[in-house]
Amino acid sequence: MTAEAPPPPGPWRQAMRGLARNRAAMAALAVLVLITLSCVLAPLYARDIARTDPFTSNVAGSIMLDGHEVDIMQPNDNPLHLGLSPIGPTGHAAYLLGADSQGRDVAARMLYGGRNSLLISSCAAVLCLFLAATAGIAAGFFGGVVDAVLSRLMDIMWAVPVYLFAISLSIVTVSQGLKLGPFVVEADSLLIPIVIIALVYVPYAARPIRGRVLALRQAEFVTAARCLGVPRWRVVLFDILPNVTTTLVVLGPLLMALSLLAESALSFLSIGVQAPAASWGTIIQDGEGLIYTRPMVAIAPGLAIVLVVLALNILGDGLRDALDVRDAARRSS
Amino acid sequence: MVQKQSFYVGYVLAALCAGTAPLSCAHAQPAPAPRLATPSSDAHKGGTLRLAAQNSGGTLDPQVSYISLIKQLETPVYDGLLTFPKFAGVKSQPVIADLAETVPKPEDGGRTYRFTLRPNLHFSNGQVVNVEDVAASFRRLFKVGSPTAGPYYSHIVGADACLHDPAHCTLAGGIETDPATRTITFHLTEPDAEFLDRLAWFHAAILPANTPPYDTGNIAPPGTGPYRVTRYDPATGMVLERNPYFREWAHDAQPFGYADTIQITFGLDPEGEVTAIENGQYDWMYEDVPLDRLGEVGSCYPEQVQIYTLLLYYYAALNVRIPPFNSLKARQALNYAINRHAMAIYHGGAAVATPLCQLLPQGAPGYEPSCAYTKGASPAHPLPEWQAPDFEEARKMVRESGTAGQKVTIIAPLEGRYAAMAMELRSTLASLGYEASVRSMTQTVQFPYVQNSDNHVQLALTGWNADYPSASTFLQTLFACASFRPHSDNSPNMSAFCNPETDALMNKAAAAALTSPADSTKDWAEADRALMAQAPAVPLVQIKRVRLLSKRTRNAIVTLNDEILLSQLQVR
Repeated sequence: MTAEAPPPPGPWRQAMRGLARNRAAMAALAVLVLITLSCVLAPLYARDIARTDPFTSNVAGSIMLDGHEVDIMQPNDNPLHLGLSPIGPTGHAAYLLGADSQGRDVAARMLYGGRNSLLISSCAAVLCLFLAATAGIAAGFFGGVVDAVLSRLMDIMWAVPVYLFAISLSIVTVSQGLKLGPFVVEADSLLIPIVIIALVYVPYAARPIRGRVLALRQAEFVTAARCLGVPRWRVVLFDILPNVTTTLVVLGPLLMALSLLAESALSFLSIGVQAPAASWGTIIQDGEGLIYTRPMVAIAPGLAIVLVVLALNILGDGLRDALDVRDAARRSS
Repeated sequence: MVQKQSFYVGYVLAALCAGTAPLSCAHAQPAPAPRLATPSSDAHKGGTLRLAAQNSGGTLDPQVSYISLIKQLETPVYDGLLTFPKFAGVKSQPVIADLAETVPKPEDGGRTYRFTLRPNLHFSNGQVVNVEDVAASFRRLFKVGSPTAGPYYSHIVGADACLHDPAHCTLAGGIETDPATRTITFHLTEPDAEFLDRLAWFHAAILPANTPPYDTGNIAPPGTGPYRVTRYDPATGMVLERNPYFREWAHDAQPFGYADTIQITFGLDPEGEVTAIENGQYDWMYEDVPLDRLGEVGSCYPEQVQIYTLLLYYYAALNVRIPPFNSLKARQALNYAINRHAMAIYHGGAAVATPLCQLLPQGAPGYEPSCAYTKGASPAHPLPEWQAPDFEEARKMVRESGTAGQKVTIIAPLEGRYAAMAMELRSTLASLGYEASVRSMTQTVQFPYVQNSDNHVQLALTGWNADYPSASTFLQTLFACASFRPHSDNSPNMSAFCNPETDALMNKAAAAALTSPADSTKDWAEADRALMAQAPAVPLVQIKRVRLLSKRTRNAIVTLNDEILLSQLQVR
């Protein structure tokens, strides 16, 4: 009696093992987890560590540093007494990265801003993938008129520059809010940038999904299912969708990175997250007017964006390497 | 060399990590206190004065343009019958004669003014200035649809007809001329205490009678001043050269210019302008020094900085007809709670902005320092200046008004320092218990929007700048019953405030200006206090202009009305 060899691990388990072996991807994941965790704990930091309200103007206020009361807006040392500069990085819990032009704690706003930036980009990426998957599968599987209409619609959307498209939509919705029948979305709701960013990136995700479905439609197992009279919805749900999932997973981090950049750009232009709420884009905008005296206000959120986008791209590459079987075969050969 | 570079890179990185900019000023000069320059004894004529502005100001037509840049550039190009004196001073001055020989005394109870034109005046094209040019210039004001034709000159007999049918404007019965004696007589439908000020206003420039009756756009009509516009391209720049026909007739009215040429370049942003002036590439910039460069110019170039008061303040107009500010106590509460010191910080601190808690700014006729809404004061017992916010009193008043918890939307312009001021207002309202939010829009949209009562604006953040030193510009224009025009985008009374008692006080002050200017000044001060007792607005700050001049520029003469006189700047 010989012992049976254990069954080979499933494709997902194999992929996860592959991903775990990719040091760069794991490091990127760790960075993402660390940043996300920090941002989630923003209220704790603001209330218990920095002891500051990052949403209230405080230019006339002061803080205690090493037992001394220090004005948050500090007079410039010049004979004409011209101008005041926000306090710079203190090295203490309060105002760790200094203050912005409204006397608010930049470090606390960075964490709160990160919450919004990450929330918007992740939700936009998920929504975009859902819409792109729906459109891509419908176009690729049903073909004919459905494909023609959806593909031309995507072509039109693709033809408009992403940022121009997003800015146009944002200007309209940010000034008026959004009313869709009984649903009213306030102008300062985060739902607005989420939906706008998701919409503008749909063609970029739907195209590759449609291509994959076109190939899958000709696959033997799909043909067999259709010959057996399996309803179309079952074919889509149980034969097509599982085979598209890897594409969606690979696209996820990349779309999130793009969404983060789009969100920052819109917020920088005052048509994304609305004050007094913060995002990394709005903090860069706040720092623009302080670039000569307090460059850290703009540099810190800029670095955060760079770090997260880089990490997402590395993670996306790692996922692609781990999930793309053909690519793995090519590499092994 | 390599070592130096790495040292510099290290220094920059260290500075960035410390959160401060790597700025230094090795050539800092000893710093005098801010002052107004006086003409220097070693006057230097000639050279080219190089100016920089972010954008052009559009049309050059002096009867059409309402842009302060164009007004400042064309002040040495055009003259009116009267003018505001061109000598240094921060107080409002009475008008003086310019093309007219003297300032006339009103006749017929203030309904008639008789001027005599100076002899031997020439336009920059060589044409002699005659009385018909004066009459034609006033008719042209209506024909070209000058923005102040209605508000400023509608009291001239025949102006009504001109406003209804500008193309056929004759001002019949309104202006009489006699070429033989060079007299021009104005007849008004009713006394206008500010008529002489309005004749000194930029739009009342005297142009040749044959100037086309439409906006001349990029072409500047001939004027009588020491300079003429020889080139203008709104995309790139403008050049002013000497008017060969100019001779100085009254130094205080239109002085001889020092520079041979004045060259203006458009397109630099304010940050770039500051750097260019520091490097000696330009001599003057139109825009204010950006906030984050104030410390640098104050430290490194104090002798090149000019700081002067403007008749410009920022305020929050409270709509007295809709909740919550239809409650006097709610309006007073916000006046008590607002931190005016914080508002001054947003403009660069005490050297640049002054907390303001009255509706007449410093420099305006009738200004008497008074603050009813500060810690330890009340409308009945005002203090001379703002001390600190009084939150205790403010919260008590909000409780008494029963308005706590209501929604308040602040409508503010997107541009400049408005955003920070709006956020400060939002924070203050929130701390008083209101559910406050800010809605921002570009200034060109916001200004008409907040004036229209159909938009039901609760609180509008805005600024007001006087065309000339006058109390009525601030009080009557902004708070008189007649200034509130429902459903109109042109209703400067944004508070929709109308109180017969304060109206009567203002009318009394305006009427007294014709007969007893001293009484008028007292009456305006009383009207100011009476209005503040009703708190239709929250005055915030009055600001000063901070101008940076190049090292080679001398003789900066600052007036309340014309700011720095470009014709008087000397360059070496």
